[in-house]
Amino acid sequence: MTTAMNSQDGMKKQNGGSVAAEDLVDLKCVFERPQSLSDKPFHYCPGCSHGTYHRLIAEMIDEFGFMDRTVGICPVGCAVFAYEYFETDMIEASHGRAPAVATGVKRALPDRFVFTYQGDGDLASIGMGEIIHAAARGERITVFFVNNGIFGMTGGQMAPTSLIGQKTTTSVDGRDARATGHPIRVCELLSNLEGVAYMARVALTSPKNINTCRKYMRKAIRAQTEDVGLGLVEVLSPCPVQWGMSPGDALHHIEEDVVKEFPPGEFVDKLADPVKA
Amino acid sequence: MDLCQIHADRCKGCELCVQFCPKHALEMSEERNAAGYHPAVLAHPELCNGCAMCAQMCPETGIEIYRRQKRARQDAANQG
Repeated sequence: MTTAMNSQDGMKKQNGGSVAAEDLVDLKCVFERPQSLSDKPFHYCPGCSHGTYHRLIAEMIDEFGFMDRTVGICPVGCAVFAYEYFETDMIEASHGRAPAVATGVKRALPDRFVFTYQGDGDLASIGMGEIIHAAARGERITVFFVNNGIFGMTGGQMAPTSLIGQKTTTSVDGRDARATGHPIRVCELLSNLEGVAYMARVALTSPKNINTCRKYMRKAIRAQTEDVGLGLVEVLSPCPVQWGMSPGDALHHIEEDVVKEFPPGEFVDKLADPVKA
Repeated sequence: MDLCQIHADRCKGCELCVQFCPKHALEMSEERNAAGYHPAVLAHPELCNGCAMCAQMCPETGIEIYRRQKRARQDAANQG
């Protein structure tokens, strides 16, 4: 299609008279699917940010040129099939154990870029012990954490990160702090640990925030490649289907309500003054 | 060729591209794609300036963006 349309443009310009040959190809692709992302369509629900986050990770792998030496660790949860979507080596870990698997891979093959991709049900619930100890040990891995405040795949049950008053299938009258406690803020919790080199949270709600997310992800990857410590980027993601909202309303809900409980920003940044952890 | 190329078969009809298009160039189609969703279409290609906001927001990475090179843009302006 590109060739045909360009030749039409070229003909038009030749009739106009003042066109050099190199102008025949005048359209430049400025945004396309990253090389590290496979062609398979995502299985995620409409409006889910998992796809956006997958694309950003693939963009980063392309940007750093790590495609031939990346090992990704998939979680259990909505992103359980993430290994289908990356053109890199991927390992499927048991529920919540992705940081432990990543530890093994990174220690056995220190020249690889190792990342884990985890949801909040995986990292903040059953896998909380794994991520705390991986952070305490300062493992040179990069954790991409997706926080949508609900167990999406299993049918919308309450997660440790669900907001107070949030209605889910296991808290039909809204989450009651007296009965089920308060939301766990993973970044605040882990930022006390010495092994963490970079930690940030961002809401994937606008093109501006997506660019901010890229900036954070670059630093989280540098935390590993410059041998400083563990890097973690938490994104606040919508779950339109389980929240019972349209995709647009879900983004508004994040910007109005979720960011009050989970404030975005950088929590740890040891890259500027890289103290060895 | 349009600057915004939407892969209709990837679209799941979440409408985020339509909501984030600053030029209001996109609309949802009445047609259905292979998966049964109403895909987004570039209804007003003359408004599109290739800013890529839609492509940034698309969770399916189903939008490609093209831009004219600077020299070609100048030629078009001289002719137009």
